[in-house]
Amino acid sequence: MSEFYTSVHLDKDLCKGCINCIKRCPTEAIRVRNGKAVITKEYCIDCGECIRICKNHAKLATTDSMDNIHNYKYVVALPAPSLYAQANNLDDVNIVLSALKEMGFDDVFEVSAAAEVVSLLSRKYIDEHKDKWPIISTACPSIVRLIRVRFPNLLEHLMPIKPPMEIAAEMARKRAMEKTGLPSEDIGIFFLSPCPAKVTSVKSPIGYEKSNVDQVVAIKDIYPKLISAMTHVVEENKVEELSESGRIGIGWGRIGGEAAGLLTDSYLAADGIENVIKVLEDLEDSKFSSELSFIELNACTGGCVGGVLQVENPFLAIVKLKGLRKYLPVAKVHDAPKDISSEWTKNVEYLPVFKLADSLLESLNKMAQVDELCKKFPGLDCGSCGAPTCRALARDIVRGVANEKDCIHILREYIHKISDEFSHL
Amino acid sequence: MSDSLKLQYIISDEDFTRAGEASGDVKSKLKMMGVNPDVIRKVSIAMYEGEINMVIHANGGVIDVIITPKDITMILKDKGPGIKDVDLAMQAGYSTASENVRALGFGAGMGLPNMKKYSDEMNIETELGVGTTVTMKVNF
Repeated sequence: MSEFYTSVHLDKDLCKGCINCIKRCPTEAIRVRNGKAVITKEYCIDCGECIRICKNHAKLATTDSMDNIHNYKYVVALPAPSLYAQANNLDDVNIVLSALKEMGFDDVFEVSAAAEVVSLLSRKYIDEHKDKWPIISTACPSIVRLIRVRFPNLLEHLMPIKPPMEIAAEMARKRAMEKTGLPSEDIGIFFLSPCPAKVTSVKSPIGYEKSNVDQVVAIKDIYPKLISAMTHVVEENKVEELSESGRIGIGWGRIGGEAAGLLTDSYLAADGIENVIKVLEDLEDSKFSSELSFIELNACTGGCVGGVLQVENPFLAIVKLKGLRKYLPVAKVHDAPKDISSEWTKNVEYLPVFKLADSLLESLNKMAQVDELCKKFPGLDCGSCGAPTCRALARDIVRGVANEKDCIHILREYIHKISDEFSHL
Repeated sequence: MSDSLKLQYIISDEDFTRAGEASGDVKSKLKMMGVNPDVIRKVSIAMYEGEINMVIHANGGVIDVIITPKDITMILKDKGPGIKDVDLAMQAGYSTASENVRALGFGAGMGLPNMKKYSDEMNIETELGVGTTVTMKVNF
């Protein structure tokens, strides 16, 4: 799969070419060209902000269909912990897990259980790597991609442990193969996802070669069927005791949950992509004087419950997660399984996608050109040229992908000048 | 033949992540015994809160559970710091829990009040520097 696969994409027919998504994109990855939004894949981090803001529903996430369960002989569902907070009046996560089996999955493996494994491994890693403090969480794929293209100095702080979804997938696959004797390709591991970034992390992983997840289904796509299956299993008394996770695992669904699992005071948790960018900028400038050991960063406000493929309001979901965790043991997983590969196998390299030119001299020249161009523009950041700011248009021009006359103010001046000249003939 | 079932749980001070397991075990045993679900709920909450308290404040201890056909008694004994002011500790919202424990959702200050609410009888014996013993009884 291409290095720059993105799940976020555009339905051209619905796009009106307005300026909402181009203004909202945190990496200025979108432009309007010929009346339609265009995403520069190299800059896109799949945060889903454009999906959130598009009032024409033209921005979409590529996800897989639940119908794909028919492509495998044995299918396992991996529910993200935030899934438990989507339904109302739920007091037992086993109802959700039993309902998933009712919907056609042969088995379920909670991502929250794998999250407790990651918490365990993280506590150890943080303890043993004081030289890398503060260590940055790598569970949110958007954040890893953001750091990769914009914050190269922070790459060494990334925690090189696979996210819970990945570890759950490997454990689920092993368990299924042992149980059924089937070969790996007959087993379908389906992640039930809160967001598009998780799709990208499966199709184009960072830190390891290949994902163990086969299909990623959006939570909002299975929600209606899930609710009726849940009602059914309760009515027919078919609720099985399937849950293997405790307070820590289920808490991962919300901001602060991952950090809480580290059983330490010295952490920082930030959510919302703009807030995260501010934290990373300050971190880069070494503005944090206290001895922080860990930084949890989520692109979505509220954490994964705030993902763009969710159904419930994230703040209500957080309340529900609180209720679900209330009388659970702190954790149900106490040992990391010996036979799974939990660590990254590849280093993450800086991808300088934003640089203007290859050599320093050339870049300096181009920067000067950008500054000169900016002086000509009115500085209104109106978006009519299709770029989010005047400076972004200047950069585009220097990169050779736009023209001065894309700016309607410059174009208007030009037309006045020409019509003036005509009238003097 | 004995007319009571005795269980003992050693609540560890080493692995905080095991907090809550003992009450979970009692809950599943009561379910298997076919005890009234409302009673099971009361017992689980009361014992859970007591168990968490032991881990957060006292570095663990021992919980003895005696189940008879009529009732269940839980004796939670620790060698922790003791409770300085029991009336204050019983106040809803008052907590001395540390920051990292609060991050997990504990420390709302409702532990002791909930234990009193969900048990039919409760008694606290405590001595500073020696330890605390909380005894609770729930009738079937």
